[in-house]
Amino acid sequence: MIQCKTSKAISGMGHSMKRKEDARFVAGKGHYVDDIKLPGMLYMDIVRSPYAYAKIKNINIEEAMKVPGVVAVVTGRDLEKYNLHWMPTLMSDTQMVLPTDTVMYQAQEVAAVIATSKYAARDGREAVRVEYEKMKPVIDPYKAMDPSAPVLRTDKEGKKDNHIWNWKVGDKDKTDKIFESADVVVKEQMHIPRIHVASIETCGCVADYDKVNNHLTMYMTTQAPHAIRTVIALVAGHVGLTEEKVRVVSPDIGGGFGGKVPVYPGYVIAIAVSFLVGKPVKWIEDRSENLQADSFARDYHITAEMAGTKDGKILATRFKVLADHGYTDASANPSKFHTGLFSIATGSYDYDAAFMEADAVYTNKPPGGVAYRCSFRVTEAVHAIERITDRFAFEIGKDPAELRMQNFIKKEDFPWKSPTGWTYDSGDYHAGLQKAMDVVDYYGLRKEQAEKRKRGELMGIGISTFTEIVGAGPSKDFDILGIKMFDSAEIRVHPTGKAIARFGTKSQGQGHETTYAQIIAEELGIPAENIQIEEGDTDTAPYGLGTYASRSTPTAGAAAAIAARKLRDKARKIAAYLLEVSEDDLEWEPGKFFVKGAPEKTKSIQEIVFAAYTNHPQGMEAGFEATHYYDPPNLTFPSGAYICVVDIDKETGGINVRRFVAIDDCGNIINPMIVQGQVHGGLTQGIAPAMYEELIYDEEGNILNGTLMDYLVPTAVESPKWETGHTVTPSPHHPIGAKGVGESPTVGAPPAIANAIVDALSPYGITHLDIPITPFKVWKALKEKGAI
Amino acid sequence: MNKQITVTVNGTQHTLEVEPRLLLVHMIREVLSLTGTHIGCDTSSCGACTILLDGKSIKSCTVLAVQADGKSITTIEGVSAEGAMNPLQEGFHLNHALHCGFCTPGMIMRATELLEKNPNPTEEEIRWGIAGNLCRCTGYNNIVKAIQYAGAKMRGEALPSTEPEFV
Repeated sequence: MIQCKTSKAISGMGHSMKRKEDARFVAGKGHYVDDIKLPGMLYMDIVRSPYAYAKIKNINIEEAMKVPGVVAVVTGRDLEKYNLHWMPTLMSDTQMVLPTDTVMYQAQEVAAVIATSKYAARDGREAVRVEYEKMKPVIDPYKAMDPSAPVLRTDKEGKKDNHIWNWKVGDKDKTDKIFESADVVVKEQMHIPRIHVASIETCGCVADYDKVNNHLTMYMTTQAPHAIRTVIALVAGHVGLTEEKVRVVSPDIGGGFGGKVPVYPGYVIAIAVSFLVGKPVKWIEDRSENLQADSFARDYHITAEMAGTKDGKILATRFKVLADHGYTDASANPSKFHTGLFSIATGSYDYDAAFMEADAVYTNKPPGGVAYRCSFRVTEAVHAIERITDRFAFEIGKDPAELRMQNFIKKEDFPWKSPTGWTYDSGDYHAGLQKAMDVVDYYGLRKEQAEKRKRGELMGIGISTFTEIVGAGPSKDFDILGIKMFDSAEIRVHPTGKAIARFGTKSQGQGHETTYAQIIAEELGIPAENIQIEEGDTDTAPYGLGTYASRSTPTAGAAAAIAARKLRDKARKIAAYLLEVSEDDLEWEPGKFFVKGAPEKTKSIQEIVFAAYTNHPQGMEAGFEATHYYDPPNLTFPSGAYICVVDIDKETGGINVRRFVAIDDCGNIINPMIVQGQVHGGLTQGIAPAMYEELIYDEEGNILNGTLMDYLVPTAVESPKWETGHTVTPSPHHPIGAKGVGESPTVGAPPAIANAIVDALSPYGITHLDIPITPFKVWKALKEKGAI
Repeated sequence: MNKQITVTVNGTQHTLEVEPRLLLVHMIREVLSLTGTHIGCDTSSCGACTILLDGKSIKSCTVLAVQADGKSITTIEGVSAEGAMNPLQEGFHLNHALHCGFCTPGMIMRATELLEKNPNPTEEEIRWGIAGNLCRCTGYNNIVKAIQYAGAKMRGEALPSTEPEFV
């Protein structure tokens, strides 16, 4: 049971308050980008490349310009005149807005058609004739790394190969030495495939440039409106769009999951066209464009190794990664972190030697990669460590739960320094796994499994005990394009005691309008229902880096608490003045100050706020407002213990996820209902890549499943009935002890599912299958092992 | 060559001149400015555009406006009075069956027909019943609960708990 300090009327932390934002969404009154219609608005559609690698010989727009309603066709040559045909990526690589000479991946933007209606723009798109000269693409990342491979990025002067960067961390010598002398060494090659966030709302914008006032309002699907404003000013400042002339508005967002962090060419073209014609321009991509061209996630090829003793002590790990970034490194990571936070791959276990190395490579595939509901490459890291841990347990014949219990970092050893340099803030891994085992009846299931195995039936139990790393991040290490990754809150309390608070983050469904209000309610005692939350308008919200990588609660949530505490300090002064006592004589309980020993002498927060506007002490600043920019001292490290139970049909390979128990520890809980909702959704985005989703390319670079008919987003039928629970280990450095949760389940679920399936197949000597694990993969593996 | 059609939308009759190729979803969103009906894909896979056409839930991205001539349409804007919630809307709200809200109108329209045909569906019947509607945020568990809640409310039975089962 979660303890609450406030009454239900106040609904501070711990209350399952129903969401304030729901009323408009259930009524169809949400306000998304595609709902915006401005006077004189033009519509943009994009011509895309049918080839993965080709020279553009000619673009003929003559027929397109004859289509009624078509106003303009924009090509790379047009943008080149304004030096807007290239843009930087967040990782300081470069990306074409529109090509002048060469297309580098299938579905790349080639030209934009502007028209007076959506239908005319589409007609115009069909009438643009592009002549290509096909070239042989490089699709396989290992082949791309071969010295004989053709160099793809010929735009980069002096570039002699397709290698982007090399990254390493850890003590190589120490680790290698342990591997040389260890009793047991296990190794698996894994691919974490390319997937797509596929938020149900695609990406889009309305760029509205006002020539008279030289002012751009950019309505767009972005998770980071302030950062986008700065990027626009950096890219287009030379044509007059300096930062004070740009307003970015992120209205309601229909799901983000990392896919709405990058700047896509469509946004830039819309701005350029609006700037040139002085009219609003709407661009809304369709689903196939979204799947085929927008940033992918994952695509890590990982060699994972673990060294240990015969009795199950983990001694060291080694990970080698080949990262396929497609045509350009368009990752959405903090600038200094090429591999994001992959170095969390040492996991939840107590050992002191690890070495990790990654190389990134260009191929003729769309650029990326983004998160897919995961903190910067943590899913890849957790899959690697949790799979190789199971592999080790299998090798020495030890129960994987017991092996984990043996190796967990103990709760008294926090803060704990990892071999790759992280300081884990807190955790109680033993308690989490024990709870999951109790809920699922682990030993009962093992007994059932043993009986089934005797009968030749396939049942598997899979565990994942992961450590997440979220809340980027401390300014000494974390920035995006130089901007430090703090986040912000501004609270204004009106004379009648009701408030508005604004944030630098941007909800895409996480429920900020409710949870931020609850944090402020907790600190000030103003009922959460009286606190309005606003985000997403750069003209009104304080600067912040946005919502992704489970950072909102760790950063902006902390800012809210601290800003509210500044106000409570001011309230104490006003209360002392009103009650004519010294500040030290006052005690606080949510919603009021009272005099120690005389509880009838009290001033409510509403009375105090009213006095701040009507009767404030002389010498004190009037009003009741506070702002805080929070620079976290450390990241937060949520954790979880997941257990998955599967039954497999031997004849068909069909996999039934019979049970899935998820115990999450995200520190102190703001709203249990919302935390559980986040876990449900995250688990479903965990089973998705584990069993269904993968973007597949043929050797010519054609995408084979670029529509929602072929790319298998789980429906209600594929999604199991999730069993969820929690443990609470507060973050010691976070003002309200919270850690962030939205992505934990996406990170933790895939290895639990993969481990369960491999466990079911292990009697036949199967030690690994790459996700997504489909019935065909299972059937094939059983066939190869002679099991059927 | 435009064609004249007459449609009744949320109880109001409209006579419109439309291109024969105009999709019904575009008529609803662009011509009538009812933006609660959303577009999430181009292959009739996601169900965000689900509406009722003569009481039957259909994906309005796969029907032409001219096919709706003489018919009656209900969109999310028409299921309850402004500021009020019908049992399904209330069920979605109380059971946290929505996050970003983008799939929600389509889900509610689909569930409307589902409950009308089968007032007391099992969990499995609900899951199969909404299999044509994708939600990327919620993982569907709470959508199932929301539809069960609405069913109970419409049948006049005791309402199931809306507290999260979060042990």
